Amino acid sequence: MSDPNSAPAIEVENLVKTYSGVAAVNQVSFTVKRGEILGFLGPNGAGKSTTMRILTGFLPATSGVVRLCGVPVASESDKVKRLIGYMPENNPLPEDMRVSEYLYYRGRLKEVPRKRLRARIDEVLELCDLKRVRHRIIGKLSKGFRQRVGIAEAILAEPPVIIMDEPTIGLDPHQILIVRDLISSLRGRMAVIISSHILPEIEMTCDRVLIINQGRVVATGTPGELRREILGHSIYKLEIAGDLSGLPALLNVVEPSLKITDQSEPDLQGFCTLRLATERDDPIGESLLRALTADSRYRIRGLGQEHPTLEDVFLAATKRTWEIVDAQGASK
Amino acid sequence: MRHFFTILSHELRMLLVSPFTYVATVLFLVVMGTIFTWMLEQFAEAPQQASPAAMFFLFFEVPVLFMVPLLTMRSISEERRLGTLETLLTTPVSTVEVVLGKFAAAYCLYMALWASTGGFFWVLWKFAQDPRLFDVGPLIGGYLFIAVSGLFFIAIGIFTSSLSRNQAVASILSFSLLFGIILGLNFLRKMEFLNNEALFPVKAAVDYVQVFRHLEDFTRGIVDTREILFYLSGCALALIFSILGVEAKIVHS
Repeated sequence: MSDPNSAPAIEVENLVKTYSGVAAVNQVSFTVKRGEILGFLGPNGAGKSTTMRILTGFLPATSGVVRLCGVPVASESDKVKRLIGYMPENNPLPEDMRVSEYLYYRGRLKEVPRKRLRARIDEVLELCDLKRVRHRIIGKLSKGFRQRVGIAEAILAEPPVIIMDEPTIGLDPHQILIVRDLISSLRGRMAVIISSHILPEIEMTCDRVLIINQGRVVATGTPGELRREILGHSIYKLEIAGDLSGLPALLNVVEPSLKITDQSEPDLQGFCTLRLATERDDPIGESLLRALTADSRYRIRGLGQEHPTLEDVFLAATKRTWEIVDAQGASK
Repeated sequence: MRHFFTILSHELRMLLVSPFTYVATVLFLVVMGTIFTWMLEQFAEAPQQASPAAMFFLFFEVPVLFMVPLLTMRSISEERRLGTLETLLTTPVSTVEVVLGKFAAAYCLYMALWASTGGFFWVLWKFAQDPRLFDVGPLIGGYLFIAVSGLFFIAIGIFTSSLSRNQAVASILSFSLLFGIILGLNFLRKMEFLNNEALFPVKAAVDYVQVFRHLEDFTRGIVDTREILFYLSGCALALIFSILGVEAKIVHS
């Protein structure tokens, strides 16, 4: 076993989990460095929660290896439980306890020394902006406060790995902002893995994104890398009127790799909205515009380079896996 | 076992802040008080053979059948329903500690309830001052029986609570199991077909697990280690099953 102080925070190799023959997680591998924030993206039922539960040692895996800070989860789950702070989906909390009581109880369970615990509870209450509600009963708190209680509980024992399943679900935009800042503030100190399907969320907080669908890893990298990898290099949006049948030939002259990926029906003024993809990284907008305006067959209303959001990446990536799954289904 | 006391104190605290506990306690004392009063009336009308203590403990199945499911049904099924079992088991706590902690808390409350009935006897002794009515032997024997059998009964309640996320299902299940053990086996013993010679070992086994017989022995001052062993092993078995129940539910969740 490697030195626990230098090993990556999370290592997952060929993880498989099947439920009565159906694979929920299929050959998933990834690593998370110490202090890194990883976003886990995927549609519902993609296997996000299952993977996270396996990481915590709560669920046993069917096959594959998971190591947290060099400690294998399957054989040394007792040790692993001391390395993680886990907040499950929907953030279950006891209804009839006060916030400070709950944190004290959890701190005792997580083996925080009694002497340090009081000070540490004050610290996390401050960090999560919960000081005002520390004596309130959890069942009577609003959703935003409950969510922050869950996060406070996860970081209470200062574990090297924090696992949070949809920490921002059901929050209003203001609360999302607070939670996001809170998660960002952990960067560098703890490795954080959060799952979500709110994409701007992930894009803003996470260093790296892992897209998972149908139990498989579809794509992984920083949001910028993913954009390039999944969507091709650049996308241009063109609003044009006229006979479009000669357009591909014209585009070919400007740039051979330029292709029409999407075309809308003409609107009232006869303009179609087109999306053009090219592998070129440098801007070609000017030469494209010049070639199009020079041609009398076309009228141009607008041309602009599109900055794809992670949302587009996500949709494209998940669509790609569906195609793979469909192809496999058809070949059987 | 370092977390056992953390969980025990947490559970006791939760029981003490819950209004449900006080409602249950009041109900228990009302039922037991009524039985005690009725019994004293019997003594006032005609001299009885048994001492009041021995007679009082004969009604032990009434609170056991109703109180044990009430006290234990919430313990594990509630945590499972809320999902807090998942957060609990991802801390450095073992399933054994969780189950034992919850069992110990429920047992403490159960014994506290029974201990409160000691007040009835204190009142009786205070006002009657009659040594014929106040016999210490059966009293100690009776409470000893309650303490030993309570281990088994509470363990059954914990076991059924570990099986379902629904409290109602858990309580009905534990009521049925307790009913079968306490009254069902008593009924079975009287069945004619057990007198068949081929079924003799079965009859011997059924005779051995007569809860009412055990109570009689205890109140008469006979503390039979075989009977204690029956309750202790039953308790251990039920607790092992609850631990397995909690773990199996996780694997198949």
